[in-house]
Amino acid sequence: MARLVKTKIEVEGGIYERLSVVEGDEPRPWPRDAALRVVGKGEPRVDGPERVSGRAVYTFDVQLPGMLYARVLRSPCPHARIKRLDTRRAAAFPGVRAVISYRNTPRISWPGGPPVFDRVLRFVGDDVAAIAADDEYIAEDALRLVDVEYEVLPFVVDAEEALRPGAPRVHPGGNLVGGKPQVYHRGDVQQGFAQADVIVEEIFRTQSQLHNCLETHGAVAAWDGNHLTVWESTQHVYGVREQLAYAFDLPLNNVRAICQYMGGGFGSKQYTGKWSIQAALLARQTGRPVHLMLNRHEENLAAGNRQPTIQHLKVGAKRDGTLTAIELTVTATIGAYGAGAFAIDGPAQIMYTCPNVRTEVRSVFTNTGPARSFRGPGYVEGAFALESLIDELAARLGIDPLEFRLKNYATKNQTNGQSYSAIHLDDCCRKGAEMIDWQTSPGVSKVEGTKRRAIGMASQTWGGGGGPPAYAWVMLNPDGTAAVIVGSQDIGTGTKTVFAQIAAEELGMPLERVTVRLGDSATGPYAPVSWGSMTVSSVGPAIRQAAADARQQLCEIAAGLLDVPADQVAIRDGSVYLRNESQPLLKVSDIIGRIDQFTVLGKGARGPNPGDVQLRTFGAQFAEVEVDTLTGDVRVLRVVTVHDIGRVMNPLGAGGQCEGAVIQGIGYALTETRVVDQTTGIVLNANLEDYLVPTALDVPAIDHAFVGPPDERANNLGAKGLGEPSLIPTAPAIANAIARAIGVRFRSLPITRDKILEAIRVTGGSQETGP
Amino acid sequence: MTTAQQRRQSREIVRGPGRVPIQLKVNGVLHFLEVEPRRTLLDALRVDLHLTGTKKGCNMGECGACTVVLDGEAVYSCLILAVECEGREILTIEGLSDGAELDPIQQAFVEHDAFQCGFCTPGQVMSVRALLEHNPNPTPEQIRLAVSGNLCRCGAYPRIFEAVEAAAKACAERRPASKAGR
Repeated sequence: MARLVKTKIEVEGGIYERLSVVEGDEPRPWPRDAALRVVGKGEPRVDGPERVSGRAVYTFDVQLPGMLYARVLRSPCPHARIKRLDTRRAAAFPGVRAVISYRNTPRISWPGGPPVFDRVLRFVGDDVAAIAADDEYIAEDALRLVDVEYEVLPFVVDAEEALRPGAPRVHPGGNLVGGKPQVYHRGDVQQGFAQADVIVEEIFRTQSQLHNCLETHGAVAAWDGNHLTVWESTQHVYGVREQLAYAFDLPLNNVRAICQYMGGGFGSKQYTGKWSIQAALLARQTGRPVHLMLNRHEENLAAGNRQPTIQHLKVGAKRDGTLTAIELTVTATIGAYGAGAFAIDGPAQIMYTCPNVRTEVRSVFTNTGPARSFRGPGYVEGAFALESLIDELAARLGIDPLEFRLKNYATKNQTNGQSYSAIHLDDCCRKGAEMIDWQTSPGVSKVEGTKRRAIGMASQTWGGGGGPPAYAWVMLNPDGTAAVIVGSQDIGTGTKTVFAQIAAEELGMPLERVTVRLGDSATGPYAPVSWGSMTVSSVGPAIRQAAADARQQLCEIAAGLLDVPADQVAIRDGSVYLRNESQPLLKVSDIIGRIDQFTVLGKGARGPNPGDVQLRTFGAQFAEVEVDTLTGDVRVLRVVTVHDIGRVMNPLGAGGQCEGAVIQGIGYALTETRVVDQTTGIVLNANLEDYLVPTALDVPAIDHAFVGPPDERANNLGAKGLGEPSLIPTAPAIANAIARAIGVRFRSLPITRDKILEAIRVTGGSQETGP
Repeated sequence: MTTAQQRRQSREIVRGPGRVPIQLKVNGVLHFLEVEPRRTLLDALRVDLHLTGTKKGCNMGECGACTVVLDGEAVYSCLILAVECEGREILTIEGLSDGAELDPIQQAFVEHDAFQCGFCTPGQVMSVRALLEHNPNPTPEQIRLAVSGNLCRCGAYPRIFEAVEAAAKACAERRPASKAGR
């Protein structure tokens, strides 16, 4: 029976209260020492064979009869008004089937979002027109035949300049999003600093990191009458359905969104993009399916980026290391469109016990590509500043940075006074220190010729507890196989495999008898966006409940067949047993075979989160680096990352999440940065040759561990998320290691060779200063 | 230089503009198709032959998702024109598995969880295929180098290295057995 509950859910740093519909009774959490057969085992991906054999069909690979290929003409100017747009030559080009622009399409947009086509263009790469043709090459040719005259407008690409009086306005309302900063405070920071024996104060700068998912953003759209089917490379099929229904004013029933295999998202594919609308507009106009995938260049202009930040951070402490005040002022660049910055102030507010905290965040529009969430949004940026300055503070106080952290970690959320359902951050630190041998080599530099080695560390917190709404069905087949049916998606993190494990565990079936059907809004019930490290913790408990429901129904049917009470029947290993007996009575596959056709359908809904505690994940990371003072080259030699995430559902996949996040963090720390030419607004490295993502040659030894028992208060699985946590402490751990190795502190990312060489030239590598 | 290459170079014919007939031998099967001379091997495979296992990640020779094996060498199929490939042996990811049966490299990738989203995986596997063909016992450094032109944004590299070592072992075990069978 459906019922309404009020529950709190944390998503990427924000806490939201929601009214959700839940159903039935949830199974009780597995005890922390439960002997589970399938959950907790390192199972390879259930869809591994499809992914390694090329059979997996990604959005990019969808091919439909009569399908056209589309390309988008993008603005060469950072800010311009289209004076004249003539598409006649392009439309007349042989093979071109449709050309759309602001002139011949309805003004489609959604609240807070940009219109699909606008006469005013606000960044280099903004959408001018789109062309569908028989072939991609023809569409590309035809782009050159669109005649556009631009009225070039004054522009601004730097956030600090954008805030100056008289700066060019990206939007009529001004460049400061919402007209004022977002301010948080507790206690009295002035008083706090007055009480401090030591105050450290520095400015940190973080860059724009580009997601560079290997599968670019895009969609394939096909109409059948007034029914629209869209394949989109997305982190949320249900969101795509909703946004397209809104855009085209269609009933939800008339829109189907599909994404069964997805080539990487990292936060950038949370919302549907203009590409889906454009593909659908072109498909409607031509009566043919349309394939519109961005190319790599466009991907790096228009598909999102990590918000660059300037963070002025000030921390005060007593001589014994007790924190007295933290003050953070942030200027974040969100680009041409967006609702505001992501949780950069989160770590400063909650990581350490401190009575006096003030944070202020200014989100600034500039004439650059719009920022989107990027794995650990805000926390990655904020942790770089906080965890770097905490190291500087510890050094000033002569306290070991690890000891300093152990002394100061907050064990409850100071912004709302709530306790955490579980926190094992101390264990993360101790375990990590042991693994990297912090005791015997406490970060002191080892010298070998021009090379110097040292270890640094940093810690993190993140959400990942998930919550409602999320639903699941489990269907049993007469042959004793089961299908998990959800509207969720596997964005590459392995959730599909975890879903199968949960159902197999609860149904008492071998894993290979369970199939998971996901990534299709027409077949599965509602599931949330795959973000915030919360897919397993949101959808997983619903799957367990659905499987328990299906199992219960099966027990009742078996009991009827055997003429025993239902509560005497148990199902294990695909067979039916009388409770407490070791000999099976019959196989599950025999039950449904002995009765007339019947579909057992178990239903599950994610229950509410506990009201009195908050669900969070924690971790500590250690990095050993070698800096060559002659060349400025930094090699990360080893990374140890230890996390507290409750029950680890699949250790094989979990390890991969840790390693992958650390590797992205190494890129963020050392090489990755979008370069925007200040005089033209053009992105100079919108490709994978000049924008340096880590390659196979850049990968250190990465070891990981998990601490803490399953979190029984979190949900019926005891599991929380892991997608993002390992990326959050990587850059500060590396920066802290570099500072210890060569005595120079870098406060701007990425820490490139030229910065290192310049700092060594200026300081001789002996002082705690640096660019 | 192979005979096929010599033959191709001696022809010196001007092809195009417009579509020209070509023959491509892909995974042992000869295909007849008409393509513009500017069409890349990648687009010929994906769009004309519907072999979408080979991925398009950048179309600029930077990411390696489109890697196929051409006359035994791993190449970026986005940097080669389809017309250049006449008379040559093209092996794509679809040519490795035999129905549902995976090749030892693919099997090792699955067992070692050597991918996350899987979009770069066909390219990685093809680079490894070319490596193991030339060098059945690669060192860890040679393995890294062999896949260094294949970007994996999910960062599955450590598992890819493990998978390649396991695949090399599996291939070595398979080799004497298949000889004995002949």
